[in-house]
Amino acid sequence: MRVRFTRKMLGIPYAVFLLCFVIIPMLIIVFYAFTDREMHFSFSNFAKFFSDPTKLSTIVYSLVIALITTAVCLAIAYPVAYILARSRMKRTYVLLLLFIMPMWINFVLRINAIRELLNWIGLLGEANYFNTIVGMVYDFLPFMILPLYTTLLKIDSSLYEASADLGGSSFTTFTRITVPLSMPGVVSGITMVFLPSMTNYVVSDMLGNSKVTVIGKFIETYFGTDWHMGSMIALVLLVVVFVSAALTGGFSPEDNVRGTNL
Amino acid sequence: MAEHIIELVDVSKSFDDTLVIDHMSFYVNKGEFITFLGPSGCGKTTTLRMIAGFDLPTSGKILLGGKDISMLPPNKRPVNTVFQRYALFPHLNVFENIAFGLRCKKVINTYENDRGERYTKKEKLSKKEIAEKVKKALALVDLEGFEKRSISTLSGGQQQRVAIARAIVNEPEILLLDEPLGALDLKMRKEMQLELKEMHKRLGITFIYVTHDQEEALTMSDTIVVMADGVVQQIGTPKDVYNEPANTFVADFIGESNIFNGTSAGDRKVRFCGKIFDCVDDFERNEPVDVVVRPEDIRMCAPEIGMLRGKVLSVVFKGIHYEITAQVGRYELIIQSTESRDVGDEIGMNIFPDAIHLMKKKYTKNVYDGVITKRNTVEFADGEFECDVTQLYPGSHIDEEDYLVTAEGERLDLTGVAVTVEVGFDDIAISDEEGAGGAMGHIISIIYKGDHYRIIVRTEENEEDFVFATADLWNENDYVSVIIPKDKIKLTLKHAEDRK
Repeated sequence: MRVRFTRKMLGIPYAVFLLCFVIIPMLIIVFYAFTDREMHFSFSNFAKFFSDPTKLSTIVYSLVIALITTAVCLAIAYPVAYILARSRMKRTYVLLLLFIMPMWINFVLRINAIRELLNWIGLLGEANYFNTIVGMVYDFLPFMILPLYTTLLKIDSSLYEASADLGGSSFTTFTRITVPLSMPGVVSGITMVFLPSMTNYVVSDMLGNSKVTVIGKFIETYFGTDWHMGSMIALVLLVVVFVSAALTGGFSPEDNVRGTNL
Repeated sequence: MAEHIIELVDVSKSFDDTLVIDHMSFYVNKGEFITFLGPSGCGKTTTLRMIAGFDLPTSGKILLGGKDISMLPPNKRPVNTVFQRYALFPHLNVFENIAFGLRCKKVINTYENDRGERYTKKEKLSKKEIAEKVKKALALVDLEGFEKRSISTLSGGQQQRVAIARAIVNEPEILLLDEPLGALDLKMRKEMQLELKEMHKRLGITFIYVTHDQEEALTMSDTIVVMADGVVQQIGTPKDVYNEPANTFVADFIGESNIFNGTSAGDRKVRFCGKIFDCVDDFERNEPVDVVVRPEDIRMCAPEIGMLRGKVLSVVFKGIHYEITAQVGRYELIIQSTESRDVGDEIGMNIFPDAIHLMKKKYTKNVYDGVITKRNTVEFADGEFECDVTQLYPGSHIDEEDYLVTAEGERLDLTGVAVTVEVGFDDIAISDEEGAGGAMGHIISIIYKGDHYRIIVRTEENEEDFVFATADLWNENDYVSVIIPKDKIKLTLKHAEDRK
């Protein structure tokens, strides 16, 4: 029999990858989450998780930290992206580069640098939650600027002119034209910052003086001793992330600005 | 006299040191349909954008009803724009797009309180008022019931109408239209032209329209402002601009034209194409003129009875007429006629006096078509002149074998290359001595210009003219040599592709 090469076959490598590293591990997690140490099916992990106030509060803490990080990122990134996108300067890409360059420096190095900085100021060990958020914002800011910048850049400048022509003040133009039209960028920026800051635990570990326990850290600790409980927490986190992503519309098919092209 | 609603007073505009509007002054009468017409890059859109307030003039003033608005931001001006690519807000539906301007607007309402005191309040328009106005605007552009439609579901023509509705719903004093029909197909465009004209009549407001399409301008406008290179070339009614073009640019840009170099023969006579024609314009005898004849004004007849006699070079069927190109001597004439002829036919041509439009030549320099010879000289105007061919290629030189070597080291043979030759008025001298210069000709005109004489020397064979200024007095009809110094002959390559 002759094997005919079709375009569909180009997808095979990815399908294999998907199966080995996404689907099978997910099934394993689900399996572990709903079994006990004797590998019998049980809801005990589920019950234990939702009856333990420490675990629940950790989830809430993680959520709050991620939310604050996202909000701060947005507050800093929007004006920057707006200025960059609307400026007529010829060298805007240099400025943009300065903002996204931290992305190219090793993550651990960056966190260590900010740790030293905080230590020098004298905040290390003093304001653990504050330090964690500073670290996260520092880490994730470029991921907010980039999608915002690209969507703002794509807005046709004649729309601003049309708004002014129709009597709109610069405030009206901003609230009624710029903001709604930049929403896809806002949504993808939020998705790209909120989701990783929800699961990241290295930052809180290094900057929070081990006083800040986020859900990611929790999972890591449990996988040292109790895989079943660890899997259950991972599963809960997955659901939380999924719900928040669905809320921000991060899965909508027409949202084509996710791939931030620089 | 009609009220001037917009007046530009000596307005100039530069972008990064490039002058795009050069000291422009004109006015627009209230209620008229005025069109800025010109090729792309002539400054018509910039002028419109300065009236709208998107661009600010570098110098000069823009007056609206006598008030200086030059520096006012667009949202403070009582004008609205229909943009070239519509610029509709993609996230708003038709209703919200049209209502945008109304929602920004505040009106002053007068109220009376219990004690009978009157007071005024600045208020936004009510929902009901907005809905009514939007409905009326939609009806005006024939889009009733489109309120809820999203912009992306509309065709180009419908988007166009929404853009117009969005502008006129604000009841502006002036409606600015920036090539609004450019994106529509021909049939749609014709339809919209008439509709816009109709709308202009009904609304009674001033329309300022920008286009590069001369037919559109002629169809719609009360007044046309023809622009080129940031300068107004002519302002007039469509009829004036078409029938009495102010210069060769206007003649060439609006409608098809035959443009000839001519000389006034005095007494309402003009000489061109080697013949003397009767005309209706009077110029000083021997004054050089541009002669414009519209192709539809050339009548074909039997070869024996025509004032001009020529051979048909090509015949193209254009729907309502044939476009016939005829060769008369070394001139080519374009003729539009409902009658056809065959290629190669001998034909006669007549031009009636009132179809011959004369314009004073705006001379700044002599321009000729020339060809480079084997000896690196240039042939033009029935003569051969020494010249510096290295100016055609910056950094080049001539080697010992008379080849041109470019800056890149390439060897070129320039023989036969077509060039445009320019010679300034002050760079020509004449001599009685035969062979002293590159060409020979008769002095056909001597005009005293206050401090110098302007002399025209015409060659015999092809009747090319040398125009120049001199302090010396000569005699008419003298046969003289024309002398041009080598370094005063400016050459440019005719075809860019020759620059290999």
